[in-house]
Amino acid sequence: MSEPKLSSKIPDGVLSEKWTRHKATIKVVSPANKRKLEIIVIGTGLGGASAAASLGELGYNVNVFCLSDSPRRAHSIAAQGGINAAKNYQNDNDSIYRLFYDTIKGGDYRSREANVYRLAEVSPLIIDQCVAQGVPFAREYGGLLANRSFGGAQVSRTFYARGQTGQQLLLGAYAALNRQISAGNVKSYNRHEMLDLVLIDGKAKGIIVRNLETGEIERYGAHAVVIASGGYGNVFFLSTNAMNSNGSAIIQCYKRGAFFANPCFAQIHPTCIPVHGEQQSKLTLMSESLRNDGRIWTPKKRDDVEKLRKKQIKPSQIPESDRDYYLERRYPAFGNLVPRDVASRAAKERCDAGFGVNETGLAVFLDFSSAIERLGQKVIAERYGNLFQMYEKITDVNPYKEPMQIYPAIHYMMGGIWVDYNLMTTIPGLYAIGEANFSDHGGNRLGASALMQGLADGYFVLPYTIGDYLSHEIQTPKTDTNHEAFNEAENQVKEKINKILNIKGKQPVDIIHKKLGRIMWEYVGMARNENGLKKAINLIEEVRKEFWSDILVPGKNTEFNQELEKAIRLADFIEIGKLMALDALNRRESCGGHFREEMQTEDGETKRDDENYKYVAAWEYQGENQNPTLHKEPLNYETVKLSTRNYKD
Amino acid sequence: MKFTLKIWRQKNAKAKGQFETYKIDNISPDTSFLEMLDILNNHLICEGKEPVAFDHDCREGICGMCSLYINGRAHGPDEEITTCQLHARKFKDGDTITVEPWRSAAFPVIKDLVVNRHAFDQILQAGGFISVNTGGVPDGNVIPIAKDDAEESMDASACIGCGACVATCKNGSAMLFVAARVSALAKLPQGKIEAVKRAKSMIATMDELGFGSCTNTQACQAECPKGITIAHIARLNREFLCAKLKD
Repeated sequence: MSEPKLSSKIPDGVLSEKWTRHKATIKVVSPANKRKLEIIVIGTGLGGASAAASLGELGYNVNVFCLSDSPRRAHSIAAQGGINAAKNYQNDNDSIYRLFYDTIKGGDYRSREANVYRLAEVSPLIIDQCVAQGVPFAREYGGLLANRSFGGAQVSRTFYARGQTGQQLLLGAYAALNRQISAGNVKSYNRHEMLDLVLIDGKAKGIIVRNLETGEIERYGAHAVVIASGGYGNVFFLSTNAMNSNGSAIIQCYKRGAFFANPCFAQIHPTCIPVHGEQQSKLTLMSESLRNDGRIWTPKKRDDVEKLRKKQIKPSQIPESDRDYYLERRYPAFGNLVPRDVASRAAKERCDAGFGVNETGLAVFLDFSSAIERLGQKVIAERYGNLFQMYEKITDVNPYKEPMQIYPAIHYMMGGIWVDYNLMTTIPGLYAIGEANFSDHGGNRLGASALMQGLADGYFVLPYTIGDYLSHEIQTPKTDTNHEAFNEAENQVKEKINKILNIKGKQPVDIIHKKLGRIMWEYVGMARNENGLKKAINLIEEVRKEFWSDILVPGKNTEFNQELEKAIRLADFIEIGKLMALDALNRRESCGGHFREEMQTEDGETKRDDENYKYVAAWEYQGENQNPTLHKEPLNYETVKLSTRNYKD
Repeated sequence: MKFTLKIWRQKNAKAKGQFETYKIDNISPDTSFLEMLDILNNHLICEGKEPVAFDHDCREGICGMCSLYINGRAHGPDEEITTCQLHARKFKDGDTITVEPWRSAAFPVIKDLVVNRHAFDQILQAGGFISVNTGGVPDGNVIPIAKDDAEESMDASACIGCGACVATCKNGSAMLFVAARVSALAKLPQGKIEAVKRAKSMIATMDELGFGSCTNTQACQAECPKGITIAHIARLNREFLCAKLKD
């Protein structure tokens, strides 16, 4: 039985009719009443921008906050490859059911059927919406929309705008947001960072933010708060996330009582530019779409590996017969287009076996020579030109001539704030959408599905479901930000900031953050085991102590202070890191991106334990220095039959 | 590699700024320019000094957050890149490198190398959108769009809103930025409907916000990290002229 607090509120009925029936039965708010209601949205990525714009259009009063200088900078902008939608424009027998099934299977059977089905169901609407907004999707010569393939799918359902799909979709949502700002329905607060959530009588009623430009601590009240702050991948220090992406909004909600679901489910993306050295600040992703035409390999002979590492030969000099296209060898049916977790582990396996192709031994090749031979350089440039340029700028190697070097890196967090079918958290009036929630991707997200989920939540799900809650709030007056709860929250924030500034230790934020990152990558990264995770928990505790006794943050609170911003975020990353390790330790099975070394098949594939772990792990905060409580939401599969993922045949 | 860095320091918008000189050593040629500033900042912090404030985020050339005028060029000495994509290997060992913020009346300095580009948001709020609400739109394939038009729209839509065009223009004009958005939408049938009104309104807002006029020096396209050309300005002028003729 599910616990009362964890009621997923999944509607009854046939899977394909749940969303339609649910929409028909939930309450709506009249236009006159919408004008009286205020909503706060945190974050302006695809989820936040699309939600804020849509809610503004409906007539709500929306305040939207972002920590950058403009809503357009949110990290959704960096998504490259595309967005999935079950349009079946290619006549390759795609359907809502197939997209649903691929997503459930790709997530290794750890996501909710009803949520995923709804995601697939609204996916075609997203494409229509974006086209109407003027998103310049790639077109065929006849003028119709073009598609490409992505990992974990055997159909071509990914819509794209060169290698800048995230940018173009975000510019669409940002334009819709701008339209609402100019109409006066939305007010945008740039360079503002949420530092606490305020509850009154158990309901989410507002936030405390820091104005990053002036350092001022400000209060904002609302009838509902929507968290769209993205993922917490930067807990690893090195990731493909933007430097300012952080998990602070999530952890504040968690500390105020929102459950944190499946924190250990982290996606490690197989095709990133390898780490070059100690001075590196972040990792750069090379889009999964490259696996449409690129082939991944390492040499078969040790001798060639040695020569490559010493730069005595170029990869292009290694003959075809001496190359091990290991994904094509191990997974003939999907080949280079296996899901991300599978491709990442396979790269690690080759490198662990000593076949890594650069000096660090942590790189494999992504080779376009056969595609260039088949299609010509012009076609490849048209498809991936900007990615090739980006690669060359960073590495000084021309990928038209020599293969790219790639290695897995932290990319996306499937875990996040627990939400019910309405996207509401365990705190009434608090919603979480996009990467900040946990609901749709299970143990592994398929490529081109993050954009889909962010926009599905923001355009087509939240604007309906939030009305159901707000219909009960129409008599509630504006939130009084002089309420005691705001005073308490603001004082806590100020105390925390003063404490950090007054430590005046010896280590700058980056140094401690790198220490945390190394622990996370070593023990809570691509392969995890019981001893390592226990060790990680202890080591993270030590990092926490170091932080609170030896951090060195210059400057004052009352000014533009980037080191202080980073320090506040790091304090929260330390909390998240520990929670991830706890969750990974609890989940004694391998599924999706979560690989417990104790639980693998003879071929080194993930081995799930459906009997004991077919649940969502939702963690409840119990106070500082206390272990959180684990709540379990059982996952019921009424439509899909659970099986072992097979990408071989 | 080692460098001498001359960096603009300015406490806040009202303070008078000045250059400070810093020496930095042991920089790998593969280190990015911003990573070099990270290293410098950590040295400064450990010495009890204030680190250099600079804007950055994605560090892969797409978010448009990073800026910097490096040795007299927006985004530094390379073609079609942002500062975050610039690497130490593009300089000679021992070089002196001058680093300044974007300088434009419309982009006031917040601190050191950080400027306020809110004016760009305001220009887009004046009409850089197609007026459709969420929902109730036709199927994506109902309006066929010629591949070349979609590609041209995409060329213009690649603008990352960094402000290099304004910073590099001797008049501080935002014409390339405005043109990129107007052109991206005007090339599509969905965007044509409001094209005239859009061009007029965005240009009026640009003028109000203190940006200069375009005198066709073409400096903007030379420094645009996304290779956006002044052909889009020509299109904008056409839209604008049509608008004025109808007035």
